[in-house]
Amino acid sequence: MHNFDFVKPSTIADAVKALTGDGAQALSGGQTLTPTMKQRLAAPTVLVSLTGIAEMKGVCMGDDGLSVGAATPHAVVAKEAAKQYPALAALAGGIGDPAVRNRGTIGGSLANNDPAACYPSAVLGSGATVVTNKRKIAADDYFQGMFSTALDEGEIITGVTFPVPEKAAYVKFNQPASRFALTGVFVAKFKGGVRVAVTGASNNGVFRWAEAEKALSANFAASALDGLTVSADDLIGDLHGTPAYRANLVKVLTKRAVEAAR
Amino acid sequence: MPKDYGIGASTKRREDIRFLSGLGNYTDDINVAGQSYAAFVRSTVAHGKIKKVATEAAKAMPGVLGVFTGEDFKDVGSNPAGWLIHSRDGSPMHEPKRPVLAYGKVRHVGDAYACVVAETLQQAKDAVQRIADESEIDELPAIVDMAQALANSANRVHDEMPGNQVFDWGWIEDNRAKTDEAFASAPHVTTLELVNNRLVPNAMEPRASIGEFNHGTGDWKLTTTSQNPHVTRILIAAFVLGIPENKLTVVAPDVGGGFGSKIYHYGEEATVLLAAKALRRPVKWVAERSESFMTDAHGRDHVTKIQLACDKQGNFIAFRTETMANVGAYLSNFAPVTPTFLHGTLMAGPYKVPNVYVNVKAVMTNTAPVDAYRGAGRPEATYSLERVIDKMCRELNLDPFEVRRKNFVTTDMFPYTTPVALVYDTGNYHATLDKAMELGDVAGFEKRRAESAKRGKLRGMGLSTWIEACGIAPSHLVGMLGSRVGLYDAATVRVNATGSISVMTGAHSHGQGHETVFAQIVADKLGIPDSSVEIVHGDTSKIPFGMGSYGSRSLAVCGSAMTRAVDKIIAKGKKIAAHMLEAAESDITFADGKFSVAGTDKAKTFGEIAFSAYVPHNYPLETLEPGLEETAFYDPANFTYPAGAYICEVEVDPDTGKVDICSFTCADDFGNVMNPMIVEGQVHGGVGQGIGQALLENTVYDENGQLLTGSYMDYAMPRADDVPFYTVDASCATPCTHNPLGVKGCGEAGAIGSPPAVVNAVIDALQRGGHKNVTHIDMPVSPARVWSAINA
Repeated sequence: MHNFDFVKPSTIADAVKALTGDGAQALSGGQTLTPTMKQRLAAPTVLVSLTGIAEMKGVCMGDDGLSVGAATPHAVVAKEAAKQYPALAALAGGIGDPAVRNRGTIGGSLANNDPAACYPSAVLGSGATVVTNKRKIAADDYFQGMFSTALDEGEIITGVTFPVPEKAAYVKFNQPASRFALTGVFVAKFKGGVRVAVTGASNNGVFRWAEAEKALSANFAASALDGLTVSADDLIGDLHGTPAYRANLVKVLTKRAVEAAR
Repeated sequence: MPKDYGIGASTKRREDIRFLSGLGNYTDDINVAGQSYAAFVRSTVAHGKIKKVATEAAKAMPGVLGVFTGEDFKDVGSNPAGWLIHSRDGSPMHEPKRPVLAYGKVRHVGDAYACVVAETLQQAKDAVQRIADESEIDELPAIVDMAQALANSANRVHDEMPGNQVFDWGWIEDNRAKTDEAFASAPHVTTLELVNNRLVPNAMEPRASIGEFNHGTGDWKLTTTSQNPHVTRILIAAFVLGIPENKLTVVAPDVGGGFGSKIYHYGEEATVLLAAKALRRPVKWVAERSESFMTDAHGRDHVTKIQLACDKQGNFIAFRTETMANVGAYLSNFAPVTPTFLHGTLMAGPYKVPNVYVNVKAVMTNTAPVDAYRGAGRPEATYSLERVIDKMCRELNLDPFEVRRKNFVTTDMFPYTTPVALVYDTGNYHATLDKAMELGDVAGFEKRRAESAKRGKLRGMGLSTWIEACGIAPSHLVGMLGSRVGLYDAATVRVNATGSISVMTGAHSHGQGHETVFAQIVADKLGIPDSSVEIVHGDTSKIPFGMGSYGSRSLAVCGSAMTRAVDKIIAKGKKIAAHMLEAAESDITFADGKFSVAGTDKAKTFGEIAFSAYVPHNYPLETLEPGLEETAFYDPANFTYPAGAYICEVEVDPDTGKVDICSFTCADDFGNVMNPMIVEGQVHGGVGQGIGQALLENTVYDENGQLLTGSYMDYAMPRADDVPFYTVDASCATPCTHNPLGVKGCGEAGAIGSPPAVVNAVIDALQRGGHKNVTHIDMPVSPARVWSAINA
């Protein structure tokens, strides 16, 4: 790791200002950035911690749905969202291990947009809104491919607002080594229809499975998916699974998520 | 009722108090006054010609004390191979030089070609980065695939070798023609091609070394993560540095696991010594986890074709194998013996098969060196045998339990000489099989399978009946087979004046629990409390010359040495007692910690004898020396042959290919058991590693020789929820006939016996589930591989 300066502002405005400096980099839970720095693959000159900003922390129910502060660790979401949005809480409680869940944050996960991360599927699957210091971004506009998002340089996610569905579930199949999602599927049934978001599977990051949404909106049952197939085109192939294997997992896990939805 | 002290008691491990409370003393915990820090410049390409190592700018960087390159140490000796293997044509194996640091060429990703020593680790790493950025290495085509390495002798890992083949070994060459004839006329032949996957050892503590040189006395000291400090000392002193052994002390303090990877001497150890002398500063190096992945000697990595010839009833007639064994870019110290004498000699298994022939070609590639890893050659042999037997049973529709049973060597046949030159002294393979079938409730399998099927899961059961040769090793035998060392061991038992005891042993404990078990044995033999006995190990300045711990040898060999030394203590004690009690030495008996005159009530306690030995006010000095300290060297007459039967039950999810292990039952014969709890723990650990190999672990290099599994993000280690609660039994004991404790090794058994049980269970599940075309899946049997196999 190279030397760096560390600042921990207590307001969003101060954080935004600190991030305008040369070589400044936002740090939330540090679950990706810190190992990258330790391997000397990243060398920011200033780390701007976002975990000291009170208004970016916590879980609360509002008119638009469940709001989660961007700097809220997974373990807190797992605990505090358990009643209002159990599928989201279960997803948060299944990320990594206790150490990861007590450091890693939802904002950090979304800003990084790892193609195998769990949270993007919940955000896209819920049709949530990503709130930044500048604007509100619909989930459908936010995710723009592997490690790529709609965020501008220096823009900070301050929170996420989740509409709460009637029923939902997240089912993940672990990559055997990292236990990230080899593939994970988030299914959410709203009054107006069903959303199905898939993580871990695509070279383009999290995506919605439109055919399944249509079928499930007509009939919210696993059997509604029987006739569907998932194309392996542009799915990830690596040591742990071929595109065809992931295509199979998308369907299998979607069915299981429908069955598990509560 | 189980004993609560001494031999046979499940005494809790005394060392765990310090290990579990952060009071261990590992190499990185040790800080020497004036210490500096080393970091290595490592190749990022698998194969390359070194054009320029740019050291000048690095030398001027802040805090940098010195920079060393391969060229600087060019004249230092080569890190040698401990065995000389001869090819089938009689020619000796090729032994390319293994330098301290690479010069001329780099030969695998992670190959170190320079070292920076600085005041701080960060300064050293900054300079390493500078050197890496400014040096010039011309990348050469990487040699990764073994078949291609053999086929293309023009592209060589070592230019001075005629190709990439180290040796082409036959065992036993005289069996070859007869075995081929047996195959030609056999009623049935089963053939299986398989891969024994390459593993990274992953000791919890990474390798670490501190080098010191005293310019006043000319003494060297190396503190290092070693399983065998005396072996490391002789390798460094006699072969690499060329200094007298008595000027070098090697200390291996608490060591956090080895599994084989810390047997060997590595270039970093010589580097920190040479740098310490040159810079007049102690030099510390601690591997990062990524360095461990790239440079610790890996394990396994065989590609094998095995054939089994039998009659239609499944009576074995012959086994024949052809194996390519990857040894990586340099010959590690025991790399020649692992795929040969630790592998080919086990290819008869526990079976009375008349014909066996094994052929192994050792191949150099641009990958990390490969050497012994828990089991070392024996897991590869067991996996090949137990998989091909299982395949044969399916082809002939025979019961796999009955086929093993009818082919076992029977108890009336011991000592039994196999066609591959081992002499099994004792065993009872039927007993362990029966026990495993009982404990694993084989009779109830069908009911469990039906219950799984209701949940949409495919249930299968797999069997492995394994044997191994350990307690390494009889020197006379290994000498004939090409070993350049003896494999005896030594112990000194020092009775202190007040009756407490220090035992200095050549064994090294890096997690096994020696400090507890050895104390139990010595205390039991002397009739004193365990707490009176202290075990001293790991420091060449304190212990007698012993060969360390690997090959499940610590108890069978070092424990035997200790027992012999205790016998000498008792004999000396009798002399002292005879003097003190004014009786004839032949009339003195020793029992329950007391020396007595037979037939009288005259007696002296062990403590009284000890005190007298050190306060010899009226000793007849011509016939009785003061002091009570004895050393014994023990060279085993034979290997020990633990054996057992493992039954694994799995459930396969046909939709995802995920395998869950439902139960794992072990019935082992380890001879006499000194501490049942520790033995059970060894089996748990070994089976856990075997399950890791079978389902999860894999070391993958791409075609350019880049390590794709260089971290835990892609290298899957078994975790607690990947393994079941084990059922472990060691009651079917046939004591070893040739060592004084009647013990057999248990450390590697689990890793040897378990992988085929797991894979056999998966194949069984798929077959029973109707996937009749799936007869084999290579390890690791990952979800993706299972799913691909059933959807092929």
